[in-house]
Amino acid sequence: MSPQEPHPSRRIRRTLAVAAALAMAGGVLTACGGSSGKPTLTWYINPDPSQPANFKGPFGQAGIAARCSTSKYTIQVQELPGDATQQRIQLARRLAAGDTGIDLMSLDPVFTGEFANAGFLAPLPDSLQSSLKSVTLPGAVSGATWGGRLAVAPLWANTQLLWYRKSFAQKAGLDMSKPVTWDQIIKAASQNGGTVGVQANKYEGYSVWINALVAGAGGSIIQNAAKGDNATITIDSTAGKQAAAVIDELSHSKAAEGDLSVSNEGTVLGPFATPQGAFQVNWTFIYANYKADKATFNDLGWTRYPETVAGKPSRPPLGGINIGINKATTHRADAYAATRCITSEANQVRYAIETGNMPARTSAYNAPDLRKAYPANLLAAFRSSLQAAAPRPVSPYWSDISSAIQSTWHPPTSVNSSTPQKSASFISDVLKGRKLL
Amino acid sequence: MTTMVATAQVKAKASDRTIAENRLGLKLVAPAVVVMVLVTAWPMIQALYLSLFKYRLTVPDDRAFTGLGNYATILSDSLFWKDTLNTIIIMIVTVAIELVIGFAFAMVMHRIVFARGLMRTAILIPYGIITVVSAFAWQFAFSLNNGFVDGWFHWLPWIGTDTNWYGDHWHAMFAIMVSEIWKTTPFMSLLLLAGLSQVSEDMIEAAKVDGATWTQRLVKVILPNMRAAIMVAVLFRALDAYRIFDNIFIMTKGAQDTESSSFLTYRQVIEQFQLGMGSALSVLLFLSVLLIAFILVKLFKVDLAAARGEA
Repeated sequence: MSPQEPHPSRRIRRTLAVAAALAMAGGVLTACGGSSGKPTLTWYINPDPSQPANFKGPFGQAGIAARCSTSKYTIQVQELPGDATQQRIQLARRLAAGDTGIDLMSLDPVFTGEFANAGFLAPLPDSLQSSLKSVTLPGAVSGATWGGRLAVAPLWANTQLLWYRKSFAQKAGLDMSKPVTWDQIIKAASQNGGTVGVQANKYEGYSVWINALVAGAGGSIIQNAAKGDNATITIDSTAGKQAAAVIDELSHSKAAEGDLSVSNEGTVLGPFATPQGAFQVNWTFIYANYKADKATFNDLGWTRYPETVAGKPSRPPLGGINIGINKATTHRADAYAATRCITSEANQVRYAIETGNMPARTSAYNAPDLRKAYPANLLAAFRSSLQAAAPRPVSPYWSDISSAIQSTWHPPTSVNSSTPQKSASFISDVLKGRKLL
Repeated sequence: MTTMVATAQVKAKASDRTIAENRLGLKLVAPAVVVMVLVTAWPMIQALYLSLFKYRLTVPDDRAFTGLGNYATILSDSLFWKDTLNTIIIMIVTVAIELVIGFAFAMVMHRIVFARGLMRTAILIPYGIITVVSAFAWQFAFSLNNGFVDGWFHWLPWIGTDTNWYGDHWHAMFAIMVSEIWKTTPFMSLLLLAGLSQVSEDMIEAAKVDGATWTQRLVKVILPNMRAAIMVAVLFRALDAYRIFDNIFIMTKGAQDTESSSFLTYRQVIEQFQLGMGSALSVLLFLSVLLIAFILVKLFKVDLAAARGEA
């Protein structure tokens, strides 16, 4: 062995080091999209409803991702937590850190203002904006707009209806073919041993209810939301008091469910299917939810969200999911192309059939496949409800405003005519940094 | 003279050796010190620095130096004091109950003869369960529709039927404290068992021979000799209970005014992205924990002195 020759053990170590380096480099290349160099777009999605046992192949948003993957790129999904607040936290922390691991994200409309204002979102090209605006329901467009521009692309739109047991409404003598008020259904339920299911836990769902009640009375929680923490707080109004009166009435009536103060979209499902079940306000997924329970399903009725004030058309809640593109993505052009595909009518229709989450596109409601999957009058109710819906204010401070409302309007039994004034002053203090949340 | 020189030389050699040893010691601990500074001190310095700013993660344009403004806002806010009171109530109630039950468990574990290992393991199981899991279990147990608490204990006058445990402040606080006590009593009993094993059996036997009753032996012999163990257990648990977060996050998410100081800090930093205000809260939380530790250590010293008859 010459002095220049490395020692055998050193040679082995060097060989191992080279092999390890090659393996690591290979791993990095694979992570970048495989040996072909085809990029992988990562789409962070909110969880879809459970996949039916007999469903084959990719389901929901994963199914859209599979269908929208092309020879140029592959879309893979990463699931976010189920809770909207936790989704916001995870996304915002990653985006603030400039994480390039997110290309696309499913975003609740209520976070559009905050994320767009923070500069987390890549601007949508004008052509994509104008094409989306022309085909999307007006409520969904307003929930996706920030600074006069479409900040995200609407995928599906959600709204709440008043779901009721037909037998109960008949027994109570209510004519459900006409608009009904909160007062009417609370009284009907109280006097006939029934309950009214609502979302009154201390969470975003309670803000959804309060916003719908205030908007239904012709008011609003804030105005000039674009002014951020200088927005005008308008909840302390006649409309605010009328909204408070509804919550006061329900929470002190026999129609209130025992767990009213912790009720959410899920907790109201069970009581509705019992003999005490009468009414509930809830999102569009309810129809599919009761399919397995034939007795409840056959007795299930639906109509427009209840009026806060008799004679004044209700403003149902608006929800849904929009697609945002990470400003820090390294595949922006591909992300734009993917967004066009994800939000196409065909995908919105198929997604609605699979999950019960309704399309954001107006024309999708005429799609034959969707009309086959849902009764015509239910689709008509969804569509008209979405057109009349009142989105929550699109504000970078909505999270603060919503939490401030929850703090002052919770528990529901504490709500009275002075609550709107208290909440207005508390929201103002919070926005100005004078009070903690 | 020769002796003095020799002594001086020996001393100098010893001094050189000590310096060399110190240098070696410093080199050996340096990596650990660097790691400690990086993972502990640096974040604390960062928190202290951030606490002097108005700093919101999602509103990049709205950042400013506010000095002690965040502290002034916090200390003048009723929510901060309400949450601090909640935290103190949870700490005092849970630690007091855990002390009693934990001591009873420790006595049982100390005296147990049959299947000793199995029995000790059974008592310690709750402590081995991750808090998030146990909190979910208790949340389910207290739920109105299908929780066992309402179903099993409805005959108790303060429970009755159809109790919405998360419907008001005190019911919700009760549920949280039950889950905390269930989870951490084994830890308390473990520490007390160690203290109990240090009490001289001869002393207890002598008291028995002298005619002391069981209660007298407990009060006059066992407890005074366990004072140090009790105070260590109380100190550990009090500091832990003061930082309660998981149970509240899982069971109530702070609803019905059940927020603790840690939860308030979490809300500010993680949910509201108010990094400045949240950092100020975390600094105050740190100072509160130090204060509690200081008070308990003072009590501990006084008690030890009293136990030695020095007071």
